[in-house]
Amino acid sequence: MSGSTAFWYASRATGIVALLLLTAVFVLGILVNRQGRLPGLPRFAVTGLHKNFSLLAVAFIAVHVLTAVLDSYVSIPLAAGVIPFASGYERLWLSLGAISLDLMIAMIVTSLLRSHLNRVLWRAIHLLAYLSWPVAFAHSIGASKDLQQGWLLYLSIGCALLVAGAVVFRLAHAAREVPRAARVATVFAEHTAGSARRTKAPKETKETVSR
Amino acid sequence: MTATMNESVPGAATRQAAGLPRLLPPVPEDLRGHVARYGQTPYRGQAGLLISDIEASGLTGRGGAAFPVYRKLAIVDRARGRKVIVANGAESEPASRKDELLLRVAPHLVLDGLQLTAEAVGATEAHLYLHTAGSAELLRALAERSARSVDMLPVTVTQAPPRFLAGQESALVNRLNGGPALPTFTPPRVTERGLGGAPTLVQNVETLAHIALIARYGPRWFRAAGTSAEPGSMLTTVYQPAGHCQVIETEIGAPLRTLLTSGAETQAWLVGGYHGNWLPLPQATALTLDNATMKKYGAAVGAGVLVALPSDRCGLTEVARVTGYLAAESAGQCGPCLNGLPRIAAGLAELAGPGHRRQTRADVERWAGLVTGRGACNHPDGTVRFVRSALTVFAPEINLHARGQCSATNRRPFLPLPDGIPTSEDDWT
Amino acid sequence: MMSETLRVNPINCTGHGVCAELLPELVSLDEWGYPIVDPSPVPAVLDREARRAVAACPTLALRLLKSDRPSAPAPAARPPRRAPAR
Repeated sequence: MSGSTAFWYASRATGIVALLLLTAVFVLGILVNRQGRLPGLPRFAVTGLHKNFSLLAVAFIAVHVLTAVLDSYVSIPLAAGVIPFASGYERLWLSLGAISLDLMIAMIVTSLLRSHLNRVLWRAIHLLAYLSWPVAFAHSIGASKDLQQGWLLYLSIGCALLVAGAVVFRLAHAAREVPRAARVATVFAEHTAGSARRTKAPKETKETVSR
Repeated sequence: MTATMNESVPGAATRQAAGLPRLLPPVPEDLRGHVARYGQTPYRGQAGLLISDIEASGLTGRGGAAFPVYRKLAIVDRARGRKVIVANGAESEPASRKDELLLRVAPHLVLDGLQLTAEAVGATEAHLYLHTAGSAELLRALAERSARSVDMLPVTVTQAPPRFLAGQESALVNRLNGGPALPTFTPPRVTERGLGGAPTLVQNVETLAHIALIARYGPRWFRAAGTSAEPGSMLTTVYQPAGHCQVIETEIGAPLRTLLTSGAETQAWLVGGYHGNWLPLPQATALTLDNATMKKYGAAVGAGVLVALPSDRCGLTEVARVTGYLAAESAGQCGPCLNGLPRIAAGLAELAGPGHRRQTRADVERWAGLVTGRGACNHPDGTVRFVRSALTVFAPEINLHARGQCSATNRRPFLPLPDGIPTSEDDWT
Repeated sequence: MMSETLRVNPINCTGHGVCAELLPELVSLDEWGYPIVDPSPVPAVLDREARRAVAACPTLALRLLKSDRPSAPAPAARPPRRAPAR
């Protein structure tokens, strides 16, 4: 990994930024689903940042792939950006990157065409995010030694912890989610229970009977 | 369930003079009796021909919405490709018994109407959807017709789950498509895209029975009864204060007082079932059973459920019970309905109890305004209409309860409700 | 003149509230967080904001449907209102 051309540095740098952006996209995606807020920001900021960061991440990945291809020290075909096992160099790790990018492209394209797609199909593809991020993470760790030492190691652990925390948060809510057939009974129960301190119910019921 | 004996109920003479009954035979009829009385099924041999007769007859839907039937037929007739017709016998209103009775005593009128309408709109597929799919009479009727090759289209029978919304048009199509009997968002209407994506015509079984008669006797005969805006006869399910329930066929436009008692034994009338309106006595005795009159009082005929509430019951308790049922039967898909109906029901339960907080009436009114028009179907709207009319008619009772008193001497429930509330997803399939 | 009206599919709506933030002139939230949408045609001056709100809905519950009534003039600025008492 010596032979430090500008391209090689650019590829590594854009890769790191892409990982950070993808971590943010993932966490923001969970926030959107849970109707969570970012302190001090309006609700549309959460949805807007989620969408915009995902596009930005893909832009950084495009540069990340291009600069790796253009760097003459190792020979990586352009196709290796999206086709697994197309590269001789670091075949496994680059394949993971390609797979992850393929999943991202599927998620973004279906989201852009969402109003023309079946809802169940859109959701099924969007759930691939739970696969795409770990695969991208594995690529990040394995494709170069950058993230395996020093402050970049701490950074990558931090990203993994954030994502893991978001997943746990999401699963915990899925476990508590009230199924449709029981929602009305839940509203009855909550409303009757809260009658002692009967004020205009703000939004606690909406949270509980989330979909 | 009492089959009608038109001779023994109030207003019987008037009904006979008007040429009734038309739909209900004196005894349940098998195919032979049906053909002996009405003749063979009068197929026209071509799509579209029957529709102008239906238009001339002025027939309106008997499932509750009273929409002009010919318009729906024309929409589906104009469509191309595969088309589906469904006979809707799932009268999910607990107090209504007319469709069940009709299917038991005159199934061949309904099934004739189904085939004739299928021919008229060019349907390629016919279904029957009802709560009693396994009933012996129905299976026998279908077998008889099949044996004699009476039907042009084979009829697929599907069981409707015992839910209040199961007979709602989009819920019905959802169920027939293999999903749960839950309403879906419209547009597109089922007449544009319904069962399997094909234009689907859904008609109440009573409407189909009328079509079967119009096809034989013509629009002028049909108009001999009823009003000019709403011609013909209709089936009503009538509850008198003594507690018995009867299905009575009556002219549209008949005075309500020929169907319901108005003496001291009753305190208020309910017209249109659990999505209908409470009417005060004695003012309601001036009303006639037709939508033109009813609309002036903010009411509607609906599917013809008429109740004279006994004077010895507590109207508030009855309304609270029924509203609790209606709230539990919400599909739970739309935020306003899901949040609003249980709260309204709880508020009514409080009003029906001894003493209530002053805020409760205002809360119930606010929630009623919040749910109206904000669901995918009109379940919240119908429920609010039932509740609002009750709050008006039983206002004196509310004041009594506020002081810890109640005028009722009989605590036995009067308005019928089914046992069991939906608790799991399976309840809807 | 062709114009459009906003409609919410209440089955898909989960009460995110993004629409009310982006289009307070036409959308307010009830006490449970669900949108109350002005049923009259969208004024031309708010057309772009309306499209933005439709695109931003996380469940695509908010839609613009075509109607053929003429657009109304822009509503005067007013605080978010509850559903009118009927």
